[in-house]
Amino acid sequence: MTDSRHLGQLTAGEVAAVGGMDLPETAAGRLREMGFLTGASVRMVRRAPLGCPIEFEVGGARLALRQADAAQIFVQ
Amino acid sequence: MSSDRTFALVGNPNTGKTTLFNALTGLRQKVANYPGVTVEKKVGTGRDRHGAAFTVIDLPGAYSLDAKSPDEEVTRAVLRGERPDTPQPDAVICLVDAVNLERHFYLATQVMELGLPVIVVINKTDEAEERGITIAAKRLEERLGVSVVPMQANERVGMEALQVALSASDLAQPQWTAVEDGDPATRYTAIETLLEGTVARSEEDRQTPSDKWDRVLVHPILGWVVLLSIVGGLFFTLFSLAGYPMDLIDGTFGWLGEQVEARMAEGDLRALITEGIIGGVGGVVIFLPQILILFFFIGLMENTGYLARVSFMMDRLMSGVGLNGKAFVPVLSSYACAIPGIMATRTMESARDRLITTLIAPITSCSARLPVYVMLIALMLPVGTAGQKALVMIGLYVLSIIGVYTFAWVFNRTLEKSEKTLMVLELPSYQRPSWREITLQMYERGKIFLRRAGTVILGLSIVLWAMTTYPKSDSEDGSEQLAYSAAGRLGKTIEPVIEPLGYDWKMGIGLVASFAAREVFVSTMSIIYLGEEAEEDSVRDRMAEETRADGKPAYDVRTCLSLLVFYVFAMQCLSTVAVTRRETNSWRWAILQVVYLTGFAYLAALATYQIGGFFLS
Ligand SMILES: Nc1nc2c(ncn2[C@@H]2O[C@H](COP(=O)(O)OP(=O)(O)OP(=O)(O)O)[C@@H](O)[C@H]2O)c(=O)[nH]1
Ligand SMILES: [Mg+2]
Repeated sequence: MTDSRHLGQLTAGEVAAVGGMDLPETAAGRLREMGFLTGASVRMVRRAPLGCPIEFEVGGARLALRQADAAQIFVQ
Repeated sequence: MSSDRTFALVGNPNTGKTTLFNALTGLRQKVANYPGVTVEKKVGTGRDRHGAAFTVIDLPGAYSLDAKSPDEEVTRAVLRGERPDTPQPDAVICLVDAVNLERHFYLATQVMELGLPVIVVINKTDEAEERGITIAAKRLEERLGVSVVPMQANERVGMEALQVALSASDLAQPQWTAVEDGDPATRYTAIETLLEGTVARSEEDRQTPSDKWDRVLVHPILGWVVLLSIVGGLFFTLFSLAGYPMDLIDGTFGWLGEQVEARMAEGDLRALITEGIIGGVGGVVIFLPQILILFFFIGLMENTGYLARVSFMMDRLMSGVGLNGKAFVPVLSSYACAIPGIMATRTMESARDRLITTLIAPITSCSARLPVYVMLIALMLPVGTAGQKALVMIGLYVLSIIGVYTFAWVFNRTLEKSEKTLMVLELPSYQRPSWREITLQMYERGKIFLRRAGTVILGLSIVLWAMTTYPKSDSEDGSEQLAYSAAGRLGKTIEPVIEPLGYDWKMGIGLVASFAAREVFVSTMSIIYLGEEAEEDSVRDRMAEETRADGKPAYDVRTCLSLLVFYVFAMQCLSTVAVTRRETNSWRWAILQVVYLTGFAYLAALATYQIGGFFLS
């Protein structure tokens, strides 16, 4: 984990690899089930018009997370 | 051997389980392009290639068998045979999405560990093809030792092959070594090995057609323009286009009434039929065009995948008042009807979020309010254009949205806090609208509306007619008879309570009657005013002529506004009370909901009327 840059800081089009998560176990478990595994590559697609949530591409799927949650998912 | 087997349909949300269920059984369960449509199991029967019957169970979508929300819990329980009302399935049809095999095999491999025979359906192959993804289904079939059927369920492509697989006398168990480790990463590693060499991507083409649409539809400025145009278009159509079919329906019921009048001798029975039944039911049925138009727009948004984007755009407002992002779909569904809306809260993980969403769901302006709104707006603006009427309607919807947010905020502040839950919103790919699915939904919804008119509304209309007719006074005058009747006395009794809101006792009868179902307000008005004056006047003309004691019109702008505000907030729907009670498993919340909403409706209508007095007289 370098510095602790997180998913909430990515800009549109940026790709990053998932690192650690600082979320309750059920939430972290759900995210991992959905593909946010350590090392998985995630692309930030866009922010919603009001700035939050943020759309990410993981695997072939498009998933939107809120800023507060994205800020707890660190990148490698 | 293959007689009466039970298959369960399992897969992630939005993979096409219900589409396939409908194709197999010929039923018409709701299909839409967003995750979390099915929240309860549904059972149907189909026939295999030998003509033998089999049972199919459609299940709510799940991301894994470690259930985290009540809808996933339904799926888990049915699969394990823990639901007493449902037989444990003999085999599972596991749907995976061709575009994202890896993630979909997360659940599929868990299912393969249940010890049941499995058939794998790789659905949405058309979408995969579009994105340059090819899947070697045969190779996967060899590895797993079970049938793997590529399909495009919405076009019934691959049904033949699925039928062959279903009809096999011996359904195979998958060759798959259970992943004991609970860590998702371990399972994903096993899946990677399983899928190795079966998926080929032409190149990393990341610009999907959906992205092109999204550049406009969720654009920071254009996105809102589009959304507002759609909503504006909807309301404008409600007032402009609906007029013609409404006149037609009105004319038909009028003609029916005349036929009865011409053929029957005057008397109570004839009055029951013409005023009570034809008047009461016809008064509601006339709004069928509006219901169909509303569901056309909703269907279009759901079907294309645009609805999920609206959810994406609106989430910021939801989080602002502490609402879970997944509350959006339940809240939006409630605009059609609060009952499926409240059921849809099952997709949410936290009990607290479910409760808050359930409590506020009835504030959304459901389709049963539409007849009341349309009638009152027409009375309020007798010479208004369709555009002006649409504006008032938008105002009412905005008011209900403000109500939703305000009360969500209040409940979020007052209810005991719980662990914050994560919001993950899946955005499906856009799809060309399927006119078939949209028409089907309009048809189903129209049927529900008419069935309600023919049962609940009919029953209540007859009761109301009787209450306005008996006991009989000696007077020939319709007005005096009404005042003398049971309904009239009831209205007069509550008149002091509703007078500050600007209502007279006749409106009071309508208010009380509509506590069972909102549309009854409209039928009550028909019964009251038609009964009073058996002239050929339409109910609306008759209402426009209605005056108060001082000779001023009874339905002036102030009173109409006050009534509209009352109907925006009041909880007048027995079915919703029953659903809230069932889903929250307590009378406490159901009663709280009735009390707070009706209490607030009273205060808001009071404020409207009293403040209105300063501006309008
Ligand atoms: N492109 C494509 N779309 C499909 C296919 N099969 C179904 N769909 C669409 O996918 C969407 C979801 O279908 P549903 O049948 O409602 O999905 P579900 O799995 O029942 O979803 P939940 O009930 O939410 O779990 C609908 O818009 C369907 O029309 C397919 O083979 N190809
Ligand atoms: Mg479904």
